[in-house]
Amino acid sequence: MSETHEGVHRHPAPTGFIRKYIFSLDHKVIGIQYILLALAAVAVGMTMSLLMRMNLSWPGTSWPILGTLFPTGAPGGVMNPEFYLSLVTMHGTIMVFFVLTTAPQGGFGNYFLPIQIGAEDMAFPVLNMMSFWVTLVGFIVILLAIVVEGNQSLGEWFGALGPSFVGGSGTVGPIGGWTGYAPLSALGRIAGPGQGAGMNLWVISIAIFCVGSLLGALNFITTLLNMRTKGMSLMRMPLTCWAWFTTAVLALLSFPVLLGGGILLLLDRIAGTSFFIPGGLYVSGVLSGTNPNFPLHTGGSPILWQHLFWFFGHPEVYIAILPGMGATSHILATFARKPVFGYRAMVFAIFAIGLLGFFVWGHHMFISGMSPYSAVAFSVLTLSIGVPSAVKTFNWIGTLWGGRIRFTTAMLFALGFVSLFVAGGISGLILGQSSLDLAMHDTYIVPAHFHLVMGVASIFGMFAALYFWFPKMFGRFMNESLGKFHFWITFIGVYSIFIPMHVMGLVGMPRRYSQFTEYAFLNKLHPLVLFVSISAIITISVQLVFYFNVFWSMFKGAKASDNPWDATTLEWNTSSPPPHDNFAGVLPTVYHGPYEFAVPGAPNDFVMQTDASAEVISSNGHNGHKH
Amino acid sequence: MGRALAVIIWIITALSVLMFVSKKWWFPTAISEHGPALDRQFLITIIVVGISFAAAQIGLGWMVWKYRDTGKAGDRGLYTHGSNRLEMIWTVVTAVVFISLGIMGQSVWASLRLHDAPAGSYTVEVVAQQFQWNFHYPGKDNVFGKTDPKLIDDGSLNFVGLDESDPNAKDDSVITALAIPVNKPVELRLRSKDVIHSFWVPPLRFKQDLVPGMEIKVHFTATKVGQYELACAELCGQLHFKMRSFMLVLPDDEMDSLKGLPQAQFQARIKELLAKYPITTD
Repeated sequence: MSETHEGVHRHPAPTGFIRKYIFSLDHKVIGIQYILLALAAVAVGMTMSLLMRMNLSWPGTSWPILGTLFPTGAPGGVMNPEFYLSLVTMHGTIMVFFVLTTAPQGGFGNYFLPIQIGAEDMAFPVLNMMSFWVTLVGFIVILLAIVVEGNQSLGEWFGALGPSFVGGSGTVGPIGGWTGYAPLSALGRIAGPGQGAGMNLWVISIAIFCVGSLLGALNFITTLLNMRTKGMSLMRMPLTCWAWFTTAVLALLSFPVLLGGGILLLLDRIAGTSFFIPGGLYVSGVLSGTNPNFPLHTGGSPILWQHLFWFFGHPEVYIAILPGMGATSHILATFARKPVFGYRAMVFAIFAIGLLGFFVWGHHMFISGMSPYSAVAFSVLTLSIGVPSAVKTFNWIGTLWGGRIRFTTAMLFALGFVSLFVAGGISGLILGQSSLDLAMHDTYIVPAHFHLVMGVASIFGMFAALYFWFPKMFGRFMNESLGKFHFWITFIGVYSIFIPMHVMGLVGMPRRYSQFTEYAFLNKLHPLVLFVSISAIITISVQLVFYFNVFWSMFKGAKASDNPWDATTLEWNTSSPPPHDNFAGVLPTVYHGPYEFAVPGAPNDFVMQTDASAEVISSNGHNGHKH
Repeated sequence: MGRALAVIIWIITALSVLMFVSKKWWFPTAISEHGPALDRQFLITIIVVGISFAAAQIGLGWMVWKYRDTGKAGDRGLYTHGSNRLEMIWTVVTAVVFISLGIMGQSVWASLRLHDAPAGSYTVEVVAQQFQWNFHYPGKDNVFGKTDPKLIDDGSLNFVGLDESDPNAKDDSVITALAIPVNKPVELRLRSKDVIHSFWVPPLRFKQDLVPGMEIKVHFTATKVGQYELACAELCGQLHFKMRSFMLVLPDDEMDSLKGLPQAQFQARIKELLAKYPITTD
């Protein structure tokens, strides 16, 4: 399988600023563009969580600055329920799509997959550029979705697209959660605030995002299968590449379903179709078909939207976390100075997670009204997905066992990933059981679970990746003291935020409530709500240190050598940062598996994949190269 | 650094486990027949989860405590690529434990969802709308009057579209609170007029979405007299957070006294009962 395509995709290094940094065909620049997009998006998403926590802990308080910035969402500085709910919606959408799907795959995957397999670029550089720019358009549209309803002139401008696009109604952003359940999301303005033009733009943004991700996925798969350099057999690839590859396959199979669902939803909203809207609805005092504001709908299925959404949505969870798993395996081995424990089992586990990920979407829908018999199958399959996840955890701990661990910031975040992945993943054993879901569904234990595992663990994987690869990308280190400070506060902070949310769920606290003031049974949780908010405020503030570190280090960080971490894979075999064609015209030849650390008899404690002189006899016989 | 991280991981683990074990924030007492079985399944699960969580975190902490780089020249890590035997063992063990849990977890589900309500269950139709719960009682004839979306008129308080010309509708009542008998099987027929809502009374230990265009039947038996809060658990729009109602679980005599009351008196009587029973919150 392994072959080279010298010259086929070679394109000369661009000279102008625009072709070099803006409309670049270079996978490395595109990777950095994705990372910058994610950094911008995560800042927006995090600010939203800050506002939500403020409202939950101090409901009814007037924050004058909020009133100035959002006169419709926070009149007099007091946040109204619709503003809160649109923050919920936008926070989820921005984080899941524009952070957790961009940085891990489009960002780090784009930058390092071609280098790690010894290619000069992606298979389709123009497609790669397009996938980024399409994604960026999606991000701009989602930002417009927040403001179109609040801003009169913008609302009128969008009104040119059709009556359902007329904004400026005075509410703030779309309301539907990141899952956009129909028919709330399908009915339009009649269903209340947050269902107007902003919701149209929300659907359109997601559809655009799907297209961008599909372009990216095609590129990743083709590149990995066809462009590996000489000697880079599949089982010599770093685990990062396996993770990016599997992620791309998941994206290729799941995003079209969401794209299709999104188009149908948009048609329901603007063209009067009834894919997700049943007949006989009576909304806001109006019967369907008796008023021009509420045309006749009949025969649609609300549950169909949930099936389409979650058929995408569950694989999406793995799209978010698999690259973090890959990066963690890679970084753990490097800084434990040991080969990855059970490389082959790790590859199988990645595949098993990816495959099973397509058969468990129904666990989001136990109480949706779908067939209770299918719930039985979904439940047992869901529990079985814990097996490859546990296998990965055992192997990470096995990798550390007997190592000589170097506690760099990257390593700390990778270790944090393992801890958080366990903490977040394990509650899946509770939520995956249809019986227990009867009590747990839509309570705070659900956000506790998925924030720890797909949110924070994935982000820790990205932090680890950035601290680790920064010297390669920019030729300079990130500051380690600031990095460690960032790690300690963030690590303790995220646990303080999300562990208490589990017990809130046991008490029965429902998600997506703008205040917890209306129910007597929730009163005893108020101290916990306050504790979570304070933890969140501290944790979010510390991210400013991270942002400072990133941008300061780009220009002022300590200079890095080509292989500052004594690592083994191909990206450390070229200059920091790599030249335009990655390897200065000479593609490397690979002789070893990716994680040959601590090889007995070798001159150093690491053997690079390109090292032709070293003799490595792998203990399980498949990585080794004998000559 | 390794020791500090180990200690922090262990402290976080201990505090997390303590948060559950202390039971300071825990389920309200179950008031349904299936509740104790669900709680038992939760307990078994949380023990497995707790042990796995603690074991993994303690193990992770131990590795970073013990195997830090001492900086000694020539000192190298263990050269191993893994062990097929270990892979087999932990794959099989976790598969057996996790899948057994999953199968055990089906029994409560099966009792509630794979069986119809017992014959003669006390039946109430629940019709949700943005941000209100309507409960439609069949009256003394035990037959629900016909309803039709075309007849819904919130303005004249016909919230469920009851057809007044249907003789079966004459003794029906529609009010905004749920009253059910204690220790008798109850069937709810769940419908929604507009968007998806979800029926959630925490001490009952179940939830069910109300989906427009569908009638979903659920059944349960409440075992403790009292008043309980009913919440909406599916995002339904602006005032989702205050789509609140109440469930009264009543002894036989009080339930009997409701029977056959015309709408206005039924409503007044429920009001009295709501005032009589304090809201149970734990």
